Amino acid sequence: MGKVLMKGNEAIGEAAIRAGCLNYFAYPITPQSEVAEYLARRMPEVGGVFLQGESEVAVGYMIFGAAGCGARVFTTSSSPGISLMSEALSYITCAQCPAVFVNIMRGGPGLGGILPSQGDYFQATKGGGHGDYRLLVMAPASVQEAVEMVMAAFPLAEKYRNPVMILGDGLIGQMMEPVAFPEDLLSEPANKDDWATTGIGNRSGDTPNVVKSLFLDPVQLNNHNLLLKAKYDRMRRDEVRYEAYNMDGDYRVLIVSYGTMSRVCRTAIDSLKEEGLEVAMIRPQTLFPFPEKAIREAAGKEGCRLAVSIEMSMGQMVEDVERSIQGRCPVEWYGKCGGEVPTPEEIVDVVRSMLQK
Amino acid sequence: MQSEVMFAGFGGQGILLSAKILAYTAMEAGYEVVWIPSYGPEMRGGTAYCMVIMGDRPIGSPIVKNPLHLVAMNRPSLEKFAPVVKPGGVVLINSSLIPIRSGRDDVDEIAIPVNEIAIEAGSVRSANIVALAAFVARSGILPVDDLRESVKKEFARKAKLIPLNMDAIDRGVQAAEAG
Repeated sequence: MGKVLMKGNEAIGEAAIRAGCLNYFAYPITPQSEVAEYLARRMPEVGGVFLQGESEVAVGYMIFGAAGCGARVFTTSSSPGISLMSEALSYITCAQCPAVFVNIMRGGPGLGGILPSQGDYFQATKGGGHGDYRLLVMAPASVQEAVEMVMAAFPLAEKYRNPVMILGDGLIGQMMEPVAFPEDLLSEPANKDDWATTGIGNRSGDTPNVVKSLFLDPVQLNNHNLLLKAKYDRMRRDEVRYEAYNMDGDYRVLIVSYGTMSRVCRTAIDSLKEEGLEVAMIRPQTLFPFPEKAIREAAGKEGCRLAVSIEMSMGQMVEDVERSIQGRCPVEWYGKCGGEVPTPEEIVDVVRSMLQK
Repeated sequence: MQSEVMFAGFGGQGILLSAKILAYTAMEAGYEVVWIPSYGPEMRGGTAYCMVIMGDRPIGSPIVKNPLHLVAMNRPSLEKFAPVVKPGGVVLINSSLIPIRSGRDDVDEIAIPVNEIAIEAGSVRSANIVALAAFVARSGILPVDDLRESVKKEFARKAKLIPLNMDAIDRGVQAAEAG
């Protein structure tokens, strides 16, 4: 299949349609408004629905409603908008409804700025909303990978009956790259008659399905949390994805970086290699579940003197890197935020000076 | 081998479009390519920048401090980006709007009255295509014939504009050869 040149935001919209998702609710916010612009035109062409909510809070519950009825549904937003949706995310996760949320991150906190950032790592991987819940979080580093992750996200959300989040940054949304929509990622919505409110007259059996997030009985709520935890443990076992770069030979430094930042690191690693310094990288493609074992083993390799978490934030993923490495080598952090993106030259200098310490 | 081309000018000069046409041409020729617009606060001031990175390996960093080439459509763009162009790159200056030069002796500088040429071709709105064609011809980054095909595809839905833009390409190429 030929490739087309597409902006990340538009490619994300098209990927959702190819994945069989015909329901999109959203509220515009830079730097991802082109998704809504694109789908406002495309959804009617394929018999789908785009409805702009009156706010992100409303959009979150539109997603809950559609997902509870068994429909494939997704939304896109950017950091402050995701904060407003986080209450609904907690409810949706408790009620075990599948849905896909795309966060094209911008600089924060607060209203912040509109340039790329990775400041929502904690929000995506550790909560954001209340209670013991997790999202399956995937982080694309190219427009092509954003397409593949969006297409994979819908069946994964249905497999676990849990929201999946695609965590990109402003550059992933704004840049154009050649993309293809892989045939093997096309999928049909799963049958949800066993739990969703699909209408008792539309299915066999006469037991009403109830979608809810209220469990007043403490024993029942504890059991429900155990059930959710078992799902997250299955994700940790089965869904970890990462990419290793320059890890075939010996290396003195291990970089852990994701998304756009990892591409900058890749260029820096190539430069350092030319200068004779070998640096390896693990790029988590899933942020939850986190590639703990791969990072631990890579950091424990003989000759590896240092691990560095490089992020467009003030040091969030570094906590997971430290947790993974369990003291096998020293762990450092480097990053910038607010729309400032470290350059390859900067990473080269940082890695060199960290080694000299 | 990787080349980075910075297109810069006022909003409305077709900066994003000419960069997109170059990116498309590179993709069709089999290169890896990324098109990165400026969408931040600076574009609210009326300036538009767009970087195209093409290469024969997957593109790493989309953030490039020192582009290889520059197509400057207005004076603020030349002043901002001329100092950071890599030695040996092409610096194309739209002399219709820019009375100064880059001040660099280690780049391939070419000054072309892009707006006047576009008016001769039939519309000042084709200035971005004149500049793009002149740049492609001067740098040899891609075959000019490939560029013609991309422009035809880009304007397929506005076919009446194709002859104008073909003329703009020819005039841009001639200006590059004369310069």
